[in-house]
Order: sequence, then structure tokens, then C-alpha cells
Amino acid sequence: MNIQTSTHTNMQPNIQPMPPAPKRRLAPYFWLAAIAALILASFSSLNLAWRDLFQAQALRTTLEFLNGFAPPDLRLAHWQRIAVASLETLAMSIMGTLLAFVMAVPLAAFASGKLGKYDSKYTALYRGIAFLARMWLNFFRAVPELVWASLLVVMAGLGPFAGTLALAAHTSGVLGRLYADLFENLPAESEQALQHNGVGKLHSFFYASVPLAWPAMLSYLLYRWENNVRAATVLGIVGAGGIGQMLKYHLSLFQMQSAASVLFALLLLVWFVDAVSLGVRRHLAR
Amino acid sequence: MSAHPVPSEIRDPLFVRRCRQLALALLLLWPLLHYSQFQPWLLWDAQSLQALKHFLLSCMPPAHDPEFLQLLWQATWQTVAIATAGLSLALLFAIPSSLLIADSLSLSWQDFGRMRQPARFARQSLRALLVLLRSVPELVWALILVRIVGLGPTAGVLAIALTYAGMLGKIYAEILDASAPQASKHLLQNGAGRIATLLYAKLPHALPELISYTVYRWECALRGSVVLGFVGAGGLGQRMDESLKMMAGNEVTSMLLIFIALVAGADLLSKLLRREFAQ
Repeated sequence: MNIQTSTHTNMQPNIQPMPPAPKRRLAPYFWLAAIAALILASFSSLNLAWRDLFQAQALRTTLEFLNGFAPPDLRLAHWQRIAVASLETLAMSIMGTLLAFVMAVPLAAFASGKLGKYDSKYTALYRGIAFLARMWLNFFRAVPELVWASLLVVMAGLGPFAGTLALAAHTSGVLGRLYADLFENLPAESEQALQHNGVGKLHSFFYASVPLAWPAMLSYLLYRWENNVRAATVLGIVGAGGIGQMLKYHLSLFQMQSAASVLFALLLLVWFVDAVSLGVRRHLAR
Repeated sequence: MSAHPVPSEIRDPLFVRRCRQLALALLLLWPLLHYSQFQPWLLWDAQSLQALKHFLLSCMPPAHDPEFLQLLWQATWQTVAIATAGLSLALLFAIPSSLLIADSLSLSWQDFGRMRQPARFARQSLRALLVLLRSVPELVWALILVRIVGLGPTAGVLAIALTYAGMLGKIYAEILDASAPQASKHLLQNGAGRIATLLYAKLPHALPELISYTVYRWECALRGSVVLGFVGAGGLGQRMDESLKMMAGNEVTSMLLIFIALVAGADLLSKLLRREFAQ
């Protein structure tokens, strides 16, 4: 308080008083303790085989195992099979993503209340549909692709078709949720302008909302496709076709050299898709 | 719709072009249909309908005898523990390697705009290792590790640790590079050490983002560890796999419910934690 006056008399530099110290809060410490407890409990309850892991014996078996991978199987017939399996994986991911897109747009439209928000006659019906759509989105999103695949293999039989459906099921939930959020956050004016001029809800949705949301929709679609290629490579492990099935097959027969080339192809596939996706994204951003 | 008929003179002007585009897309999709063996009619043949009916009938009511619930609780906890332990191990590798590969903490880079050769080589090889670690899906790591360390949660923990070390190391380095670039540059050029720069310029700025990303990845690890059991790496997935093979629909139903509850719970907890630390 006296600082202002004292500067004049003693020629001291003009010092502002320090702002009050932030209040100490206990909540972060509580959370940190909880996290530490969770980590400790995890390690102690799992009784991991550390001892086996850090023995000379373990090192030797690991090296032996890894040595089994070399040299990778380079026979032409094997690589032809790998190529077919990779195409299968790519086809699964693309078909699954597109199917999901076809399901996600109407689901999101209903879940976000874009279709039938202003109707007085069918309000209850539309509300019911919106509720069901939201339930669908939550349920299909919560169950991972691999679980869908193992369920669908029972129904659709072994092979890539089950994998495609599994990807479509999970992705319809994820994309639908993203699109519903997108539709809800759109400005309402352009749609209302059409509706005031006598255009129906379906038309105003497709001619006002969808074009506005389209760039973001495409970007999400691309992002999910990238994810789905990764997912499609492993769906084969439960028998849903593609390159994962080949990997599982060779690993279970302990044909390590063949498995090594499949693994290499899998890496190439993932890197290829990353590069394509990055390129398309850059192209879209320009 | 009938209340607001669209006058016929304002039909979609792009109608013909859209039709053409759709036809072209369908033509391009044709080989994909072949490769993904897209045969929906197979779903409607009598045999698979019978199997489906049988399975769905066995799904209700969810299994809930105490013994099974006990087993389920153990498996659920194991899933959470695998994700948490795996992520902690991943952090042990990811944090040091992110500090090593962050360009903005390189003295020669700050001074001359280019790195000394050995330093560059070390960074590039560490980066390549991280790329390899995160490019192999965790399920494939688990598939391989099960053959090295045997069935059980150890393989699951290691699989999560390997994949997430690669992911977190890269993202941490990116976050650190992007945070407080001016301040850290000034500090480094005026003779502050790299550790001091990290502690007094980078971390105060980057901490909320680092924490929030880590919590998000914990959530992802939890989703991942749910399915690791399908290759024998412990947790809920392993039980689920067993029940599916025995076609015990009621057990599958209760496990699906637990799955959904677990994912929703992780979602909620992750939101809470992020709000607490990342404000």
C-alpha cells in the first residue's frame, strides 16, 4: 500500500505487489495417489513372469525364436498368396467403411434430430426413432471390431465377409456419433431458409446440412478408413479373413519364415495406407 | 413430405452428374465386392438362420450365477490391470526416448540449424525403432509374444507396452517440440542447460496436453486389452473366446454388458482426469 508513496521519497523502482498465490488444492494429490495405487495394484495382482523374462534361458529362447524368422520366405507362390490376402484386407476395410458410412448418415440424421425436429404431428414417433438411433450408436460403438468379428464369424461363416460386416458394425457407431455431433453443431439458418420456402425436411437436410458438413464428413471417413485398415489386418486372427488370418495360420504351424514375410507385408500395408491418407489429407487441406 | 411438395422445375440440377458418379463408384467397387466375398444372401440361407436363432435364443437371460460372476470380476480386473501395467511400462521407455528425439532440445540444432552427424544418426535410429514398435498392431505383438512368454497376462502387458511406447514416444516428442518454442530457444541460446530448459520452459507449457494425451491413451489401452485375450493374453477376451467357442450365448451377453460398462466407465474416468489435470 505504501509502495506508491515510498517510490517518490526514496527513489525506489516502482514495484507492483505480487498477485495472491493460487489456492492450494487437494484434489490433484488425491488423483495422483489413486493413480499410483492403481498402478501398484495392477502390477502386484498380475503376478507377471518377470523372473522367466530376465533369465539367460529366456534370452536364449527369445533369440532362437527371432532367429527362426530369418530368412523370410521369399518364394513367389507365397508372395502371391500374401498379395491376395492384402487385397482382401484392403477390400474389407474399404467395403466396411463404406457400408458404415451408408448406415451412419441416416442414423446420425435421426440421432441429431435433424429429421423431424419441427414436426408437431409425429413428434413422439421421431423422438422414439432418435432414441433408438442413439442407442444403436452407443451399443455398436462400445463393442470392439474384434468382438463383432468373432460374433459374426458364427453367423456369416469364416472369411472376409464376416470381417467386412464387423468393421461396418463398429464403424457405423463411431462415424454415426461423429456425424451426429457434426450435424448438431451446424448453423440452422440455411436449413431453415429452405424450410420457410416450403422445402421438405428430407430435402433441406440433404441440400443444406449435408453440403455444409461434407468436408468434415469426408475427413472423418478418411480417418476411420485408416483405422479400419489397421483393424482389418488383425481381424483374421479370429478367422475373419485377410492378412491376419495368414499370419495366425503360419504362426500356429510354427512356420516362422513364412510368418516373417507376412509380418513384413503387414507393415508395408500399414505404411502404404498411412502415406496415402497423409497425401489425401494434404490434398484436401490445400 | 407431402405437405411441402418440391416443385418439379427445381429438380436437382446436378442429377445426371450425380448418377454418373454413382455408377462409376459402383463399377470401381465391383472388384472389392469380389475380394471381400460380399455375399449377403448367405446370411439368409436356412442353415445360418437356424444357427443364428439357436445362438440368439441362448443369449437370454445373461448368465449371472455367483461362480460365473466371480470369474467375470477377476477377468475384468485383469483387463484393467493389463492396460495399466502395460501403459506404465510403455511410459518408462517413451519418456526418455521422447526427450532424446525432440529436435528442439538439440543444442547443435538450435545453434547452427543442423545437427552433428552422430547425434542425427542416433535420433533417426531411435525414431525408426519407435515407428517399428507402433506399426505392429498390439494384437500381433501379443500373438508373437504368447509364443515367447507363454499364455497369460505377461504377453498382454508386454504387447501393450511395446505398441504404446512407440506411439507415446513420438507424440510426446511432437508436443514438446511444439510447446514454448521461443522461450526454450532463448533459454538454450543464453546458456541454460537442456534439463533446465525442459523443466522451466517446455514442461510448464506442455504438461496439460501431455497428461490429457496419456489419459486418452490409457483409455485406448483398456479397449485394446479387452480383445488381447482372443490370442490367449489374459483378461476378458480370453473368457469371451472360450464362451463363444462353446456357443454359450448367455455368458457372451453378460460379457458384452461388462464390456460396454467398462468402456463407458473408462470414458467417464478419462473425462474426469482430463478436467482435473488439463485445465
